[in-house]
Amino acid sequence: MNERVIATNITKSFRSTKALDDVSFSVNEGELFGFIGPDGAGKSTLFRILTTVMNADSGDALVDGFHLKDEIAIRSRVGYMPGKFSLYPDLSVQENLEFFAKVFGTTVQENYSIIKEIYVQLEPFKDRRAGKLSGGMKQKLALCCALIHKPRVLFLDEPTTGVDPVSRREFWEMLGRLKQSGLTILVSTPYMDEASRCDRVALIQKGKILDIDPPGVITKKFPLHVIAVKSDNMQKLRKDILKVEDAESVYGFGEFLHITMKKENSSTEKIESLLKQQGHQHIEVKIIEAGIEDCFMHLMEHNKN
Amino acid sequence: MNRRRFFGFLQKEFRHIFRDRRTMLILFGMPIVQILLFGFAITNEIKNVNVAVLDMAHDDVSRDITNRILSSEYFHLYQNLHSEKEIEAAFKSGKVKEVIVFENNLAKNIYSKNIGNIQLIGDATDPNTANTIVAYTRAILLNYQQELNKGSKPPAIIQTEVRMWFNEELKGVYLFVPGVMTIIMMLVSAMMTSISLAREKETGTLEALMVSPLKSWQVILGKVIPYLVLSFSITLLTLGLSMFVFHVPIRGNIFLLLGEVLLFVITALSFGILISSIAPNQMAAMLISMMGLMLPTIILSGYIFPIDNMPVPLQVISNIIPARWFISMLRDIMLKGAGWSVVWKDTCVLAFMAVVFLFLASRRFKMKLR
Amino acid sequence: MKLTGENIIEVENLVKRFGSFTAVDNISFQVRKGEVFGFLGANGAGKTTAIKMLIGLWSPTSGKANVAGFNLFTEAEQIRKNIGYMAQRFSLYEDLTVIENIQFYGGIYGLRKNILKERAEELISELGMESFRKELIKNIPLGWKQKLALSVAMIHKPKIVFLDEPTSGVDPITRRQFWDLIYNAAEKGTTVFVTTHYMDESEYCDRVSIMVDGRIEALDTPVQLKKQFNAESMDEVFLKLARPTEVSSKQ
Repeated sequence: MNERVIATNITKSFRSTKALDDVSFSVNEGELFGFIGPDGAGKSTLFRILTTVMNADSGDALVDGFHLKDEIAIRSRVGYMPGKFSLYPDLSVQENLEFFAKVFGTTVQENYSIIKEIYVQLEPFKDRRAGKLSGGMKQKLALCCALIHKPRVLFLDEPTTGVDPVSRREFWEMLGRLKQSGLTILVSTPYMDEASRCDRVALIQKGKILDIDPPGVITKKFPLHVIAVKSDNMQKLRKDILKVEDAESVYGFGEFLHITMKKENSSTEKIESLLKQQGHQHIEVKIIEAGIEDCFMHLMEHNKN
Repeated sequence: MNRRRFFGFLQKEFRHIFRDRRTMLILFGMPIVQILLFGFAITNEIKNVNVAVLDMAHDDVSRDITNRILSSEYFHLYQNLHSEKEIEAAFKSGKVKEVIVFENNLAKNIYSKNIGNIQLIGDATDPNTANTIVAYTRAILLNYQQELNKGSKPPAIIQTEVRMWFNEELKGVYLFVPGVMTIIMMLVSAMMTSISLAREKETGTLEALMVSPLKSWQVILGKVIPYLVLSFSITLLTLGLSMFVFHVPIRGNIFLLLGEVLLFVITALSFGILISSIAPNQMAAMLISMMGLMLPTIILSGYIFPIDNMPVPLQVISNIIPARWFISMLRDIMLKGAGWSVVWKDTCVLAFMAVVFLFLASRRFKMKLR
Repeated sequence: MKLTGENIIEVENLVKRFGSFTAVDNISFQVRKGEVFGFLGANGAGKTTAIKMLIGLWSPTSGKANVAGFNLFTEAEQIRKNIGYMAQRFSLYEDLTVIENIQFYGGIYGLRKNILKERAEELISELGMESFRKELIKNIPLGWKQKLALSVAMIHKPKIVFLDEPTSGVDPITRRQFWDLIYNAAEKGTTVFVTTHYMDESEYCDRVSIMVDGRIEALDTPVQLKKQFNAESMDEVFLKLARPTEVSSKQ
């Protein structure tokens, strides 16, 4: 396997808090790799270290074959989109793009084919100042600017945060197509539901990687049963459900409550009859496959100590 | 390749500058307004100025001269004084702008020793008016002297001793021009660069630039050059305006002057870069430039308050203010016509400061986050 | 329009224009007392503008509206006294302690000293934050911060609390704990008006409205909406409704 990013034992502290605690992983060529975790998990710090914007306290990484100290080599090989869409609000769409092309020693024409598909949507507004674009458009322009020098590895730090579900979906579709062209992409996101879009994901929390695997594998190896429950009175159900024995945890998931239980003791009938006793109607109880969010919460709770 | 990168960066900087019309208007408008204010606050024309005469001679010559002065349309006799003690009171009344003092035995001295002394005392609280009034009076005296000397040999000389009361430094529009220029240069160079770099921190664009092959010196230079051009052109505008509208003289070498301007702008620019490497955002950059730069410059550089009149500790502190050296050089070159032999010391001090700031700025400013 | 007592927010034909751009285009809806009301929409659909009008920060261009029993046009001052507002994530001062933050916000809402003291103690013990009371906000865990922020936004016992994307970027457990707090507030009779980009959270709402291009395109319970749009989840409902609005820029 051809590895494009190999990180080994990266640690970084800010004063007393450990932002990254001994982080190791590798990303293969042409892979769409997701870092999934909440704010403050250390995702941005990790990306900054891998793009050589920040120094690690210890540990090293190979990015496209170069060690982190080879800053110049790495910087010309990676594309980076920082957390805030880093555009010049007083420059037009076209001027922003041209600027980033020039800074990387190329021209928009030379690499137009890479961004063409995304840029055509921006073309009608190419003279508009970047500060006046909508959130989704800014995101697309920032992506174009990060791609214009034809990077071999692309780092996108929370590109979908604060973006509505429609634009988010569109953005992930774009990433999927970019991946097809052989580009290696590392994305971070706080949205658990976006995990399924990645080839592999790393679940990250408080500077530690909880798990790395394809999303399907992570959910498959979930050691417990997840039982989804709903009834006509969800408010009451939230209280009554606590009476179920052997429940590890109960969390709301959309219209359902998810109960995680040890497999040997999980029985939908038992729960159903308990709820009937409590006067619930339209009861629905079913064993479901765990989602990434179930797994994340489970890992969070087990990593507390 | 490298050059194209750099020029791309430069182009972007100029775009930022020209697109921000409001700031441009302020930057170019401010020196114009300041110079105009200083210029028009001081009138060059005088008419019916009240003068007081202290005639200790009481002879033909003193009477003759007094008549001559008063018969011109410029002067009006407000009072006759009888002793030197009355001079201060005359000025303090606020009516008298000039006191003319004739020495004892004026006529006798002129005829026997060929030399007579007349003292002209101006009220320098309004320095330019005082200057003008004294100049008019001297012109009349000179005229009189020429007539007196027709045919007589050897020629008699009427010596005038000019004294300015209340403001012996004679600060006027001439002296304010170097100060205004300095403040503007400081503002454009230090404050604007620091704000423009801090803005890139805020928008996150600096982080994107860090992951580019641009080197830190390229970013610094790319930020410095546009503001160098900008502050240089504003300086030229200020100079031109003061020369052609208010006839402020540039007695020294103009190229020496511009060379010193360049040196000062570089000092201020490196200071700006230094500030921006410390300031996390535009607001902080602005505050640091205002409090750490503009205020000390205005107060301690001798722009408004003469350094010699400051308490000793402040005089010592004023030595580390770049503007102090620059203003003194500007005054020397512009108003006194001084050359390199006079200003080389101050130039060295300023150059040393520039080197120190540049060194610190390039050390602090890294293409890295901390 | 009359206030029935059942509705805490009544909006009729509300419009907000910025120059030629119509940010909020003739919206009408009611929010019932004690309801958890989800206010969804794509970026730039006009959500923020609508909220800013409802909390009395911006005056509408035209329309009618009653919030907490007061007329939006003539009694904006009264409205502000009777609502709570929590902007994205927290509005707590990081360099003040827990108790100082509570005191500050209580003071802002004009609580009298003895009442404030009582309320502060009540709040701290309710949240179980006794051990944190003299801790600086920046030193307490995220989950606690968020709970405190919500409680502080409701320290003056408002009739409605407006929450603008309160959970964005928060870990999944804290996110759910936050929703428990929302339910608690609703149970006590406070109406909760909330926006979110997490579509699973919209399912926790009693009723949900979806804004598209300045108009409310759908408003019902999550169950009814899914039925109406023949969708499996709210995510799907949202996708079917909210076409991206790239042409109109955010004001």
